[in-house]
Amino acid sequence: MGDRFPRARTAVAGSATFGVGEMPGYSALEIAANAVHLALADAGMTLAQVDGLFIALPDDLFGALSLAQYLGIHPRFTDNNRAGGASFMSHLVTAVMMLDAGYLDCAVIAYGANQRSSGGKLSTPARPDRWDAPYAPMYPLSFYALAAARHMHQYGTTREQLAEVAVAARAWANTNPEAFAKGPLTIEDCLAARMVSTPISVRDCCLVTDGGAALVLTRMDRAKDGPQPPVPILGAAAATWYNSLSQADDVTTTAAAESGPRAMAMAGITPADIDTVQLYDAFTINTILFLEDLGFCAKGEGGAFVSGGRIAPGGALAVNTNGGGLSCCHPGMYGMFAMTEAVRQMRGAAANQIPGAKVALAHGNGGTLSAQATVIFGSADTV
Amino acid sequence: MSGSAQHWDKSLAEGRFLLQRAPDGSAVFPPREHAPGTGAPLEWIEASGRGTVYSATWIQRRPPEAPYNVVLVDLAEGARMMSWVEGVTPETLHIGMAVQARIADGPLLVFDPVAEGAA
Repeated sequence: MGDRFPRARTAVAGSATFGVGEMPGYSALEIAANAVHLALADAGMTLAQVDGLFIALPDDLFGALSLAQYLGIHPRFTDNNRAGGASFMSHLVTAVMMLDAGYLDCAVIAYGANQRSSGGKLSTPARPDRWDAPYAPMYPLSFYALAAARHMHQYGTTREQLAEVAVAARAWANTNPEAFAKGPLTIEDCLAARMVSTPISVRDCCLVTDGGAALVLTRMDRAKDGPQPPVPILGAAAATWYNSLSQADDVTTTAAAESGPRAMAMAGITPADIDTVQLYDAFTINTILFLEDLGFCAKGEGGAFVSGGRIAPGGALAVNTNGGGLSCCHPGMYGMFAMTEAVRQMRGAAANQIPGAKVALAHGNGGTLSAQATVIFGSADTV
Repeated sequence: MSGSAQHWDKSLAEGRFLLQRAPDGSAVFPPREHAPGTGAPLEWIEASGRGTVYSATWIQRRPPEAPYNVVLVDLAEGARMMSWVEGVTPETLHIGMAVQARIADGPLLVFDPVAEGAA
């Protein structure tokens, strides 16, 4: 047994982002609270109806308690699950099961951060463990560099192919009004960028921005009565194989190779059924690893898969249609924004809408490729 | 009495590089109280110190400070650890390179390249 999932019995009824980009003068909690209010308005629901609250904040271990206090609500259940940027997809798994069981009626998943305005550097309380720390790896960057270096060695992946990911993300961002980083970006620009931890240069790294997002989840019967088309949740799975990448059996294969197939099995679909893919691209290598691990191409072929603009606008697969963490926003943890973009695509309301898109995958990543979680959303007419 | 991690630390301070071995013969690092995945008892073994570079990155610093490397080393016994390879440059350090452990000041485990053709 295991992995029994209430396919399409719960749905996203409300979704919102707030302050994506720069929000000087706002605290993380203020940004998150604004996103919650907008998402509730989008769902046609009120604060008083919220009985489940899920959040992971970078600098507040008790984030859900702080947000409950701030909002002035008394939830039946709060969850501070901290699986890094995959936390929010894990929150969704818990929320869906609790909604379907009738323990909750209205779950809110939220995030907010002001990392750009408060310092401009990625801020995380996570650190290398005591076995890795003496060697002073950049955390988390050098761990992704070690995965990228091995992928290049093992499969012949090139820096040009990593650059393709950044260039595609920028192309999507250029036509998304919400995206923070806009303007021309070429493969040559990426190759000439300042190296940070080989083979990762500054152009292989996600942004540091402000921003918040929130989703309102309810059972499908209730979501159908809302002002927005409900976005059914078809499957969701989390997987973790280690905390430190140093202890991976194979640093070129992540636990997305487990979470993806499990979530797709719940949804009753295969990669060929997916119209758009929203991945947590903290670094360019992530996109290549996850496209392989989720089954869009074979292991080792990710570099070729993204080349020639194949994941850019007009390409073979619509990946990170908002510009992703590389060019849309990355306020410390990106997981929520992969989901809000997937929801927009399923509503037909994305800035870079994929015509006729019926199934969207959102994938979260946390730690040093450690925590992986995949969610499959459908459009209202897939149910 | 101490936990496995402290026992490993004390041994390193005495000049010994220890690993653990599970009943199925697999090597375990970092130290555990029980074998990962099975919970079986573990025994301490002396590591040969022989290893192979599995992956490597050079962390850039503001000049004039030179970049430094961080590597993952596959130990001959089978476990993997993060470390530094000393006495190499971006031109000479490569994945697949044979390396040998050394206990440097700290104490800290570091690796030196093994000369081509050396036993």
